[in-house]
Amino acid sequence: MVRSVLDTGQEAVNTCPEVADEIKQTTCYMCACRCGINVYLKDGKVRYLEGNPDHPVNQGVLCAKGSAGIMQHYSPARLSKPLLRTGERGSGEFKEIEWDEALALASEWLGEVRQTDPRRLAFFTGRDQSQSLTGWWAMQYGTPNFAAHGGFCSVNMAAAGLYSIGGSFWEFGEPDWDHTRYFMLFGVAEDHDSNPIKAGLGRMKTKGQAKFVSVNPVKTGYSAIADEWIGLRPGTDGLFVLALVHELLKAEKIDWDFLGRYTNATWLVIDDPEGPEDGLFLRNPEGATLCWDTARGEPVPTADVTAKAAVVGRFALSDGRAAVPVFELLAKRYLDPVYAPEAVAERVGIPTATIRRIAAELAEAAFEKEVVLDVAWTDWAGRKHDKMIGRPVSMHAMRGISAHSNGFHSCRAIHLLQMLLGSIDCPGGFGYKAPFPKLIPPSPLPAGKTAAPERPLPGMPLGFPLGPDDLLVDAEGRPTRLDKAYSWEFPLAAHGLMHMVIHNAWAGDPYPIDVLMMYMANMGWNSSMNVQGTLKYLTDKDPETGDYKIPKIIYSDAYYSEMVPYADLILPDTTYLERWDCISLLDRPISSAHGPGDAIRQPVCAPDRDVRPFQDVLIDLAGRLQLPTFVYLDGEPKYPGGYPDYIANHERTPGIGPLAGWRGPEGKQQGTGAPNPDQLQRYIENGCFWTHKLSPDQLYFKHANKSYLAFAKKMGWIPTEEPIVMQLYSEILQKFRLAARGHGKVQPPDGERARVEAYFDPLPIWYPPMEEEALDGEDFSLHAITQRPMHMYHSWGSQNAWLRQITARNRLYVHPETAARFGIADDDWVWVVSPHGRVKGQVRLMHGVNPSTVWTWNAIGKRRGAWGLDPEAPESNRGFLLNHIISELLPEREGGHRYSNSDPVTGQAAWYDLRVRLERCRPGEEGATDPLMEAVKAPPRRGLDEGGKLRYGAELKDRRAAVAGQGTPFQEWIGNRHEVSVTVPGVADGKGNVKKPGGGGEGGA
Amino acid sequence: MTSLPRNAGPVKLGLVIDLDICVGCHACAVNCKEWNTSGHSAPLTDSDPYGADPSGVWFNRIHTFEVVNEAGDSRTVHFPKSCLHCEEAPCVTVCPTGASYKRQEDGIVLVNAEACIGCKLCSWACPYGAREYDEDVGVMKKCTLCVDKIYNENLDPRSRAPACVSTCPAGARHFGDLGDPQSEVSLLVAARGGYELMPEQECKPVNRYLPPRPKRQTPAVDSGAALQPATPEGEAAGLLARWVDRVLSR
Amino acid sequence: MHPAKSVILFTTASGAGYGLLAWLGLLAAFGVLPSERWFGLAAFALGLGLVVTGLLSSTLHLGHPERAWRALTQWRSSWLSREGVAAVVTFLPVGLFAFYWIVDGTNSDTLAVVGLLASLCCLVTVICTAMIYASLRTIRAWASPWTLPSYLVLSALSGAVLLNLLLQLWGLPHNGAFAWMAAALFILAGLVKVLYWRNVMYGEPAGTAESATGLGPQGRVRLLEAPHSESSYLMQEMGFRIARKHAEKLRRLTLLGGFLAPFVLIVVGQAAPGLGSLLAALASLPLLAAGLAVERWLFFAEAKHVVTLYYGESRA
Ligand SMILES: Nc1nc2c(c(=O)[nH]1)N[C@H]1C(S)=C(S)[C@@H](COP(=O)(O)OP(=O)(O)OC[C@H]3O[C@@H](n4cnc5c(=O)[nH]c(N)nc54)[C@H](O)[C@@H]3O)O[C@H]1N2
Ligand SMILES: Nc1nc2c(c(=O)[nH]1)N[C@H]1C(S)=C(S)[C@@H](COP(=O)(O)OP(=O)(O)OC[C@H]3O[C@@H](n4cnc5c(=O)[nH]c(N)nc54)[C@H](O)[C@@H]3O)O[C@H]1N2
Ligand code: SF4
Ligand code: SF4
Ligand code: SF4
Ligand code: SF4
Ligand code: SF4
Ligand SMILES: [Mo]
Repeated sequence: MVRSVLDTGQEAVNTCPEVADEIKQTTCYMCACRCGINVYLKDGKVRYLEGNPDHPVNQGVLCAKGSAGIMQHYSPARLSKPLLRTGERGSGEFKEIEWDEALALASEWLGEVRQTDPRRLAFFTGRDQSQSLTGWWAMQYGTPNFAAHGGFCSVNMAAAGLYSIGGSFWEFGEPDWDHTRYFMLFGVAEDHDSNPIKAGLGRMKTKGQAKFVSVNPVKTGYSAIADEWIGLRPGTDGLFVLALVHELLKAEKIDWDFLGRYTNATWLVIDDPEGPEDGLFLRNPEGATLCWDTARGEPVPTADVTAKAAVVGRFALSDGRAAVPVFELLAKRYLDPVYAPEAVAERVGIPTATIRRIAAELAEAAFEKEVVLDVAWTDWAGRKHDKMIGRPVSMHAMRGISAHSNGFHSCRAIHLLQMLLGSIDCPGGFGYKAPFPKLIPPSPLPAGKTAAPERPLPGMPLGFPLGPDDLLVDAEGRPTRLDKAYSWEFPLAAHGLMHMVIHNAWAGDPYPIDVLMMYMANMGWNSSMNVQGTLKYLTDKDPETGDYKIPKIIYSDAYYSEMVPYADLILPDTTYLERWDCISLLDRPISSAHGPGDAIRQPVCAPDRDVRPFQDVLIDLAGRLQLPTFVYLDGEPKYPGGYPDYIANHERTPGIGPLAGWRGPEGKQQGTGAPNPDQLQRYIENGCFWTHKLSPDQLYFKHANKSYLAFAKKMGWIPTEEPIVMQLYSEILQKFRLAARGHGKVQPPDGERARVEAYFDPLPIWYPPMEEEALDGEDFSLHAITQRPMHMYHSWGSQNAWLRQITARNRLYVHPETAARFGIADDDWVWVVSPHGRVKGQVRLMHGVNPSTVWTWNAIGKRRGAWGLDPEAPESNRGFLLNHIISELLPEREGGHRYSNSDPVTGQAAWYDLRVRLERCRPGEEGATDPLMEAVKAPPRRGLDEGGKLRYGAELKDRRAAVAGQGTPFQEWIGNRHEVSVTVPGVADGKGNVKKPGGGGEGGA
Repeated sequence: MTSLPRNAGPVKLGLVIDLDICVGCHACAVNCKEWNTSGHSAPLTDSDPYGADPSGVWFNRIHTFEVVNEAGDSRTVHFPKSCLHCEEAPCVTVCPTGASYKRQEDGIVLVNAEACIGCKLCSWACPYGAREYDEDVGVMKKCTLCVDKIYNENLDPRSRAPACVSTCPAGARHFGDLGDPQSEVSLLVAARGGYELMPEQECKPVNRYLPPRPKRQTPAVDSGAALQPATPEGEAAGLLARWVDRVLSR
Repeated sequence: MHPAKSVILFTTASGAGYGLLAWLGLLAAFGVLPSERWFGLAAFALGLGLVVTGLLSSTLHLGHPERAWRALTQWRSSWLSREGVAAVVTFLPVGLFAFYWIVDGTNSDTLAVVGLLASLCCLVTVICTAMIYASLRTIRAWASPWTLPSYLVLSALSGAVLLNLLLQLWGLPHNGAFAWMAAALFILAGLVKVLYWRNVMYGEPAGTAESATGLGPQGRVRLLEAPHSESSYLMQEMGFRIARKHAEKLRRLTLLGGFLAPFVLIVVGQAAPGLGSLLAALASLPLLAAGLAVERWLFFAEAKHVVTLYYGESRA
């Protein structure tokens, strides 16, 4: 058709451009969610990243962070060559050196330490996904001073779950989105399961059969789409949940069958107040736990399926002592009026009637909306069941619980609630992700009570103590680890206390170190409490020798983060698109409740800089240091091919290696099997992941499901096929308590007794967050917390050219009533004052926040000069970092001791215990944050923004003219097509733009 | 006389956005940027990307509103917005050059970068803020409804959807023919009471928004919804006595 | 709306130029155009000069001025295109008119016809300019019924003030009558602007945050978080805000300084025809120019675009 000039300028649009020369698959690493991605490559550049539709984690979707991966990959903040410090620490003055020199230096430093006292190396890693390698390396090196970020992240929740139900929230379990009828979300803004949670919520809400309750002081994100928002006061979840427990018990709305079959409700607990076994389970001489069989009138092993076990009563024992079932202890505790809704309402900040109603709703959902699946299964005892019956109440929790010093017990309280409702690993409930459930707690004990020159540790540095005997303390009860994990201060610190490492190394408490080696942790800024103090610890010198108190710091980062200028030797890492990685079942895999899975990352781009994957570097160093299992007896390195070589060929125990898929010489085995030289290729062919779908009869009741337990044993996840019995009452905690009371050979120092006694209650308790308690009566009336923005991953997201356009500065969100109380208006600048210090920021008023709470986005605030950003960038000048005013230490106790600002059971950092008040800025103080630190020196930016413009993609556009008739017809896309099809007649079943053959109606149950 | 297609075809492609489940994650906005920065309107230039005042061309942006009712209860609503591919697109009719046009075959509103003089008038005419001026090249850009993706036979069929739609983790976005009342998106819109933005502007936007649904309350109200104690008093002693006879088995 | 200098200059200068040319054409149509060559040359040069300056400055803010010709193609729907076409077309009769007049130098029937045509074309062009703004439903202030009259009367006024000055300078016949015409237009312009501003202040909003989001049924809508924490094209272009008090001050300034003061001057000047009226005409020009600049700045600055409803405004 000939157009006249008067027509509109309609072009011949090329609807079918060639967008890629090649599409490679790998795993996203813009956060720890591990989604599968398709990387479109054109002219050697990344043209587009999309979610891999076949990937089990994200099923084709990609979040904002993942979508911004291009800018991460080409970030001008990338490091480009090993750096050796030339100026003072913190100055940012470095010289570039060659890798040979860098590695020689590192192995010299590390070698000296290993030959004298390996403990004097502290090796701590941050947000990485190679803990199975780094932990193994530390063990072979021989230092107990190893941990990853879990210690300041959510270890109290992980531990609470692993010591109670054999699995945990975090990323180790998930709600049964498709069947649940009532979903409670505690303190989650984003979580590790970034995409799965969004997808699950979207599907659940679209289907419209469930009520979604969000318990969170702030109403944004997920809470915004919740049916009900419980905007409680921070740190009071445990109390709220125990009030629900109170209500349910009082009304006897509990799942007796579940309690009897799957928990220790009927186990007998010795009642012998002064005795050495008080509070421990009654056992027979063979060590089996016992219950009171009412028929036989005597204790019988709890494993006896014929027993008719009592739930209450006090039973005299032949030795004169007495025993009571766990349930009685529990019922007595929580029926106490102190847990009644009216007693807690004010403290929690939620009306009594609402608490009551939620309890009623839970009961209704659990007991009147049973989900019944027509799936036959066999339980651990061999009994066949023709249906799977579920209590469709699901729960999930994360840092709103864990970032408080009472998080361990609050999380235990939630698990208690789940157990009473019978909603664990059942249809519609919370489900374990493989390799969970595991033994309670999982098997390895922490190693590292002692360390010897040039010797590996006898086991992995991190593990799960079963009692005081397993603590890492010396004969005087003093910590043997630098971070004091597994000491009497933090007995169950299963992931270490990364947030204390720099402080303790500086203080030489419990002992000084020589080398601090860190990987992927921005400890000079957003992952430290007390940033100013931390920077002082890093730069402080011994006045006598003039040497740094922390003598040597090796750090691997991929970007010029705030931590970089504080290290002596920088080992620059690649970006995630340039390296191999392994997302292993030995660490934090990609499993779902539907089955196990693991994944790899493969390099899809070659680095254009002189950088090396840190895993390769570690393996190289291991060779230079001659670490056992990394070298053959003759000293030749075992993994000359670096990390991919290790991934495919390393065996943790015979047959078990980093990856579970395509094992065995033929690649036909999964879980266990000899190494397969072709394994990585098979992963690549499969989109870089492996999954195994559990059969329908294995999908639920995994803790007691014969078929599943056999499978799990075969996979090497559990040592026997015994069922996993959930622990309402924790005997292990009681053991610590007994030690505090003077029993056993390992006892706490006197100063610690009261603390251990108080916090090692075998049943969940609630206590006010420790800082709150310490500050009682002082004028810090507000809680201050942070939330993760969904579009940013800590500090590494907020440097991204695209993402920073969304949020380049953070505000302090304040309820209008609260603001009025402090004489503050929208947009005002205020000082946020804590007992530790003050920081300045700008206010935004919002209604959806608990009035006693102020909050801000996490890790937006940056140090001037870091991250390749302009020193005038809003992130550093107008945004602010709350970490400046969070202390790593609690106020002094009697005796002058300052405990870490952490959960007393697990050492979890208590980020959200922070208490503050607001002070309006005086005229002239507005407009910039404070502390506004001097800009660090930084290398010049590289690439991408010539002339202040970023024109990414200009040259990647396919400029060929359109060809007439080209193109295929469009397809309609219905988000949540399956769920929509159920409610909207005429919409075909399927997914996205793919319709199920046959279409229409709901598929399956 | 109008420069809109004289015989607009029956197909009206557009988006349907579900405000009930949008969590405000910005995935759609960033993925849109990512696809389109090398697409039909490449590049989506950013200025001062690492500097003091970063800004850039985005076809899709997420707003967050607080809606406060009479009782003082608030609701947070995340609100994504891109071009609505209006039937009576004022951005097209005001354009002096014809660079802004609406495709006859599917109703997609596009800008011909070769013809645009960068007068910005269309951005004044659009009520929704859907036009994005690229200062660097001096032309107007906008959401293309991923015209180079939805029909693209070089792509896996499952990728043939607007980037913002296929990437949305919550499944809050839908795409289809809103000109056909029997199409799947139209049925969805009808079922959920989908609405158009600012109808008073008379642009007849094609895109639809599904309103946030009333919050589920089960049972309905606060009062009287409490559980009844299992024993009259609901006291521990009474309950324990009641449970003396209860036995459990594994 | 962002008050861009180029657009302010474009609308005021071309308005004045077309006004002047239109008056010349009208005088010719009535056969009363003074036959004074230098006066004529000056008048045409001034008129055309202003028009060309205006048009050129309008292309200044274009991303692609070299493609400006394309703007002539969409006259069937676009007022901007129509304005372009009208501007180009207007050069013909105006050119002819000037040519005849320079060649002929006297009023004639032909001159009357061409003059009338030229002034009609000028009128049409100014209408088109006004309609560019008046046709934008997105900006309530502009979509008001008073936008077109404002443009017309201000164009007529500025043309009249210029012509009056020229007539006074050359001391030509009818200058007294024309001074009264200018004076009357000052009052009319003031009146029209008052009506325009009343509409700006008290008119029904084109939209509210509630209607823009469709969330009205749920309650009052308030922006919690804008899509981007830093600036964007949209907000630079449409997000301009001016305080109510500030606007009121400027309006008063325009009315008193830009319209009333020159009116008084001209009326008083008539008491002393000759020097008095010349001085008055001379003084009225800068006053008007300043007044118009402020008026036009306000025209943009006060105009709230409905898109601001998505960015924190509650009414627009
Ligand atoms: N106020 C407050 N503070 C908090 C929290 C909070 O909620 N509030 N959350 C805490 C929690 S749970 C966590 S987990 C921490 C997280 O804090 P960090 O672990 O410090 O996380 P990031 O800042 O994202 O990144 C760490 C470092 O990894 C680097 N990096 C990124 N990619 C690569 C790579 O490919 N290779 C290498 N070698 N390095 C790379 C980054 O440049 C950055 O320097 O923050 C904690 N801090
Ligand atoms: N986009 C993005 N995703 C991430 C990360 C990231 O930085 N960005 N980081 C990853 C990491 S390391 C982690 S640890 C996870 C953490 O994921 P989340 O647990 O989602 O972390 P937070 O953003 O700290 O969210 C905590 C939520 O708890 C609420 N809260 C605070 N105090 C309380 C309380 O006392 N009770 C209740 N009920 N709620 C409370 C806060 O308002 C906030 O909404 O996210 C991971 N995923
Ligand atoms: S959730 Fe995390 S892993 Fe998944 S796409 Fe987003 S950034 Fe990548
Ligand atoms: S991607 Fe989906 S959930 Fe996220 S902001 Fe966009 S529409 Fe909302
Ligand atoms: S939304 Fe704006 S840009 Fe899109 S068609 Fe409508 S008027 Fe034009
Ligand atoms: S900026 Fe371009 S597309 Fe917009 S009206 Fe002007 S010429 Fe048309
Ligand atoms: S349809 Fe395409 S261009 Fe339009 S907003 Fe969505 S992703 Fe962007
Ligand atoms: Mo974390």
